[in-house]
Amino acid sequence: MHKPSSPRTLYDKIWDDHVVLTLEDGTCLLYIDRHLLHEVTSPQAFEGLRAAGRPVRRPGATFAVADHNVPTSDRSLPIEDQQSRLQIETLERNVEEFGVPYFPLLSRKQGIAHVVGPEQGISLPGMTIVCGDSHTSTHGALGSLAFGIGTSEVEHVLATQTLLQKRAKNMLVRVEGQIGPGVTAKDIMLAIIGRTGTAGGTGYVIEYAGSAVRALDMAGRMTLCNMSIEAGARAGMVAPDETTFAYVKGRSYAPKGEAFEQAVAYWQSLRSDDGAHYDKEVFLDAAEIKPSLTWGTSPEDVMSIDGRVPSPDEATDSARAERIRRTLSYMGLEAGQKLAGTPVDAVFIGSCTNSRIEDLRAAAAIVQNRKVVPSVRAMVVPGSGLVRQQAEAEGLDKIFRDAGFEWREAGCSMCLGMNPDKLETQQRCASTSNRNFEGRQGPQGRTHLCSPSMAAAAAVTGTLCDVRELMEGAR
Amino acid sequence: MEKFTRLTTVAAPLPQENIDTDQIIPARFLKTIQRTGLGKHLFADQRYDEQGNEKPDFVLNKPAYRKAGILITLDNLGCGSSREHAPWALQDFGIRCVIAPSIADIFHSNCFKNGLLPIRLPLEICETLMDDARQGENARLTVDLEKQQIVRPDGETIPFDVDPFWRHNLLEGLDNISQTLLREGEIEQFEQRANRAWIPSTQGENS
Ligand code: SF4
Repeated sequence: MHKPSSPRTLYDKIWDDHVVLTLEDGTCLLYIDRHLLHEVTSPQAFEGLRAAGRPVRRPGATFAVADHNVPTSDRSLPIEDQQSRLQIETLERNVEEFGVPYFPLLSRKQGIAHVVGPEQGISLPGMTIVCGDSHTSTHGALGSLAFGIGTSEVEHVLATQTLLQKRAKNMLVRVEGQIGPGVTAKDIMLAIIGRTGTAGGTGYVIEYAGSAVRALDMAGRMTLCNMSIEAGARAGMVAPDETTFAYVKGRSYAPKGEAFEQAVAYWQSLRSDDGAHYDKEVFLDAAEIKPSLTWGTSPEDVMSIDGRVPSPDEATDSARAERIRRTLSYMGLEAGQKLAGTPVDAVFIGSCTNSRIEDLRAAAAIVQNRKVVPSVRAMVVPGSGLVRQQAEAEGLDKIFRDAGFEWREAGCSMCLGMNPDKLETQQRCASTSNRNFEGRQGPQGRTHLCSPSMAAAAAVTGTLCDVRELMEGAR
Repeated sequence: MEKFTRLTTVAAPLPQENIDTDQIIPARFLKTIQRTGLGKHLFADQRYDEQGNEKPDFVLNKPAYRKAGILITLDNLGCGSSREHAPWALQDFGIRCVIAPSIADIFHSNCFKNGLLPIRLPLEICETLMDDARQGENARLTVDLEKQQIVRPDGETIPFDVDPFWRHNLLEGLDNISQTLLREGEIEQFEQRANRAWIPSTQGENS
């Protein structure tokens, strides 16, 4: 426990401000300010409420949107997949019955919960934010405590607006200096995961700090926080600053006028005190980070595009060697080979990691005046209807379409292969999403995680390649 | 929630690291609006071939382990997606306890909430238990939550740690929501705090 006078981290402060009560063994009842719902992890929770005859305690702290399962093709057609349709209809029935605010499928505001929340100002700094989805960590970019929960917890929050939680440990990831050309927030995050490993953050909440993080726009910070879970941490956060306040100001659901001023005054206090204690610290030099991608089936299997995939012979122990062997065989790669020049079958630009307007602009800058190689299926799936609309206003859709990209409606799409957008067996994909697990994008699919510009470069060259070679004056 | 007190059963060894919840139950099986019936999809991609036939060498398909009640794995079990379908699928298959050197946070708490006991033990001990498990049918392990110990087939006991809060809940089969609702007064008081006045409602845009 912290004495009020001892220096506290950003996480400690938000935590302390949301503790309703502390049980004997240290478990806290934590108040939840925002609860986002989607169609996949909520039906059983509503069913539980119904069975117990309980209402949603605070519909005004709750928001629902369908994203995982929605078709990203023509929205005027009926949803072909019976079960997907049932899930979406169930959500619509539940929000109706329990009075929960909801963006329908045909609303321009519909999109991936983790894009929509910040975009609408539903997610705000200083809040506790939960959703039945592990990438809820994304919202931490605003300077909030945001984390994924399971369906039982969804039901608990719906019924009580609180969660039973234990305080996590504090981890600081500091990235100092300036990133080079062709390097993005995604490359920074891949470098971090390459360093910590996928279990390195287990039990921690990560705070991202340092000049390279401060220099990122909100979209970049969201990319970082989004993949905290891939580093094992349940939440990631960035202290709110002027960039944050400017982003929040004027958003539809954000406070206005005096309430906004009151909020900013509070948000300004949300930074870690000098001398605050971190249980673990990681430091990265931004200048050393190169355009990166994953070679294997775990997000920690990271390498820079000019590197070589590992070989089982380099492994220090036999279990590790076995894992490399198994991974290379799944990925259809040879030990020690370069990834640059490896042909791809598909390119996916989208997901809650990289589907914001800034991401689409970065990709379009590479695609402009180029063509997708005919053997490649390339698609752009904007994170929300509003992102899509903005991109169209800027003519980005035209750049993508003219080059041969599919230009889709908003949703999760090929990120998890729940809707019809899937990889076929052994297809190789350059993807801006966050998970390269076996079968994630389709059974036997091979995923290489990378930034939007790297994915765009793969589409127009037909191979995994160094985006800097397509950027004027980058080398 | 179903109580967990003491369990004596066969344990299935699955010596893999980073078993993510996409492995435990692939996304294509999440289109359900129920909690039950997911056991047949447990580890679907490892358990069945492309035609949907069982792969005989996958551990849960071997005769000795078809009724396993414990699963033992290597590091970082349950990483990835927060889907509670993962513990539901394990539960529906018949698994009531998972043992690994490290277990991802969300999966860890999702297990407790479904009457499944997750146990973190050092790697050497997991490997010892895995060796026990490899002996198959006749090498049963006993997990005793009351005493916080595992009894090996040879009678040796191994103590384990478990969060006292969750231990109590599992032993009693308690429902968290009704417990929390008893604290309604404190929750209401919290909501009235002056420093929360700036927080808008999600019911309608602000202008
Ligand atoms: S885009 Fe992918 S990672 Fe993000 S919420 Fe959707 S399925 Fe999950």
